[in-house]
Amino acid sequence: MKKQNKSSAPSVAFYNNPENRAIIYQILALVTIGLFTYFILDNMFDNIEKRGITTGFGFLSSEAGFGILQSLIDYDESDTHGKVFIVGLLNTILVSVIGIVMASIIGLLVGIGRLSSNWMVSKLCMVYVETFRNIPILLQILFWYNVVLASLPSPKQSISFFDSVFFNNRGLIIPKPLLESGFIGVIIAFILAIVAVIYLSNWAKKRHDETGEEFPLFWVSIGVLVGSPLIIFFLSGMPATLEIAALKGFNFKGGLTIIPELLALAFALSIYTATYIAEAVRAGIEAVPKGQKEAAFALGLKESIVLKKVVLPQALRVIIPPVINQYLNLAKNSSLATAIGYPELVTIFSGTSLNQVGQAIEIILMTMAVYLTMSITISMLMNYINARMQIKGR
Amino acid sequence: MATFERLETRQAPANTKGPIHWAKENLFSSVLSSILTLFSLYLMYITLPPLLDWMIFDATWSGTKEEIVNEGARWIFIAEKFNLFVYGFYPEELYWRPNLALVIFVVYVIGFRRIDNTKVRAFIILSFPVITYLLVAGGFGLEHVPTDKWGGLLLTIIVASVGIIASFPIGIIFALGRQSHMPIIRTISVIYIEFIRGVPLITLLFMSSVILPLFFPEGMEFDKLLRALIGITLFQAAYIAEVVRGGLQAIPTGQYEAADSLGLTYWKKMGLVILPQALKISIPNIVGSFISLFKDTTLILIIGLFDILAMVTLTNSDTSWLGFETEGYVFVTMIYWVICFSMSKYAKAIATKYNTER
Repeated sequence: MKKQNKSSAPSVAFYNNPENRAIIYQILALVTIGLFTYFILDNMFDNIEKRGITTGFGFLSSEAGFGILQSLIDYDESDTHGKVFIVGLLNTILVSVIGIVMASIIGLLVGIGRLSSNWMVSKLCMVYVETFRNIPILLQILFWYNVVLASLPSPKQSISFFDSVFFNNRGLIIPKPLLESGFIGVIIAFILAIVAVIYLSNWAKKRHDETGEEFPLFWVSIGVLVGSPLIIFFLSGMPATLEIAALKGFNFKGGLTIIPELLALAFALSIYTATYIAEAVRAGIEAVPKGQKEAAFALGLKESIVLKKVVLPQALRVIIPPVINQYLNLAKNSSLATAIGYPELVTIFSGTSLNQVGQAIEIILMTMAVYLTMSITISMLMNYINARMQIKGR
Repeated sequence: MATFERLETRQAPANTKGPIHWAKENLFSSVLSSILTLFSLYLMYITLPPLLDWMIFDATWSGTKEEIVNEGARWIFIAEKFNLFVYGFYPEELYWRPNLALVIFVVYVIGFRRIDNTKVRAFIILSFPVITYLLVAGGFGLEHVPTDKWGGLLLTIIVASVGIIASFPIGIIFALGRQSHMPIIRTISVIYIEFIRGVPLITLLFMSSVILPLFFPEGMEFDKLLRALIGITLFQAAYIAEVVRGGLQAIPTGQYEAADSLGLTYWKKMGLVILPQALKISIPNIVGSFISLFKDTTLILIIGLFDILAMVTLTNSDTSWLGFETEGYVFVTMIYWVICFSMSKYAKAIATKYNTER
């Protein structure tokens, strides 16, 4: 050590200074990654040229030329690959939403059931969770599609409920609501009802903060949301009818057919994801200390109030993050539809379109970008919720 | 005058309550509870007897296809195709090689528990993959078996094990990278982890099977299985990284500071002080993520490899054995369930064993 450096930091060799080292390491890492990227990109362009693969996103406006089993928007064979992308995306969203709703309901019931004081109910719920979470999701999808739904009767012998809902190996056929022009009034009524409920809840919260008076917000909101569109519906002379399917020849005509691919995928995804949601719900409720409940009872609160005001707010804080994660997993798992041919993003865009166009890089990157956008959006939303729900220390 | 007389001693009240009391407490404590119990019983009544009949009492366990009279499961199909389910197209006269690998694995696991010597243990861990590869693929004068002959449960286990072993070091590196103080290293790790975790495995498998060959100069051929393995390893590494990061974050800062004050270098600090503790507490989660990986190996059938699930479709394309999908799926389901369930029980047991906080 040199004497003149005594007052400042001890002098060390340049390469032994941690700060300098950090810079060197990072430069090395960047250079390595840069070289690697250059290497693969160089090879990629080389290979693309040699194999005569076209590049760019021009294919999105070229004609697709294949039909799609199920589409939420108007689509026919002469439409473009760009439209195929949209159709696939919408189908992915459709099955994800159905799956999320069903999985939440099953998961909530089973999660609460596992904590039930009834021995048989809690054991049955446990068996459900342990059975379905240990079977691969792809296997469950294939089982539903190839075994359960394939063994359903043909349209002529279909299982029917009230002569309007039919279940057979072509899918589930339900009555189709036909909307007339007057129906717009019902939709407007519903939107107004939502606005009214938002105002109502703000008012009720303010009144509660000022006077402590409770307002039966939940029931009133339900009443407003369901009631006002219904009143408008009847006042305007019922501007909608149900078209019931009828057997014509070998198949059903009319009605709304839910294809077996969608059914199999929705069942498998929701049953599988529900096991994880059930575990999250159970863990969340168990995470609330017993003392909280006892203290609330000691204050003389009713059981329903204890649940609503003491247990649930604390449990939800633990439950929501893993459940949202499971929703994301469900959406990602919906890509396995490609094994049974449900026309979602991976099946028709990364599958059929890719086979026709041959531009693997663009197509797979676009597909990945969709899922990536979805998960980044949801994780940002989750961070926001977490921050809002965190217990504020004083 | 009051007279006192001695009463007969009575038996102490029973301190164990009978089954009827138990049922009252646990099954019929309220109206709702009673309804739920009856509903559960009904549910079991309509599902269990037909299921048991199909699987056991009414099933065909032996004989030939022509002799089937029972309504239930025809397990003779599984017996007939058993080798295909387990070994795929692996040459029949060479079955002893994967079997031997399994025996070596068992011996090694037992040896690993008995021997308390880090060097021998490291040797065991490092030599096992080499020996298995030489045995299964052929080497040292053994006949070479190309990877497209591997299939069934053998392939499933190989893919899962390679994914587990190869992803582990990569995952630890990225976990350390994400906790690093160097901004560029941290950014690279975060981008990698979040990218992989944000996309479905199937798109990664498509990428590794379709795009990966484009990344390398012509003439550099990648085997189909190798491409799937690369995809799965990259995928699993990101998940391991997150699990290990959870463990790293649970280590008190004092441990880092103590290691620093001893003058340990970064790698010594991590290798000798932090990682042993962090890995220990994250073992249950690591096993959990291995279970997910094991279930995810089924996805390789989508890119055209014949794992055990793909064998169901394949065995049913045999024209003399058509229509046996149900038995095939149920058999494969049972195999996956047994393996995943025992792994999850093992994870739970380890979590209790290593929970030193109690």
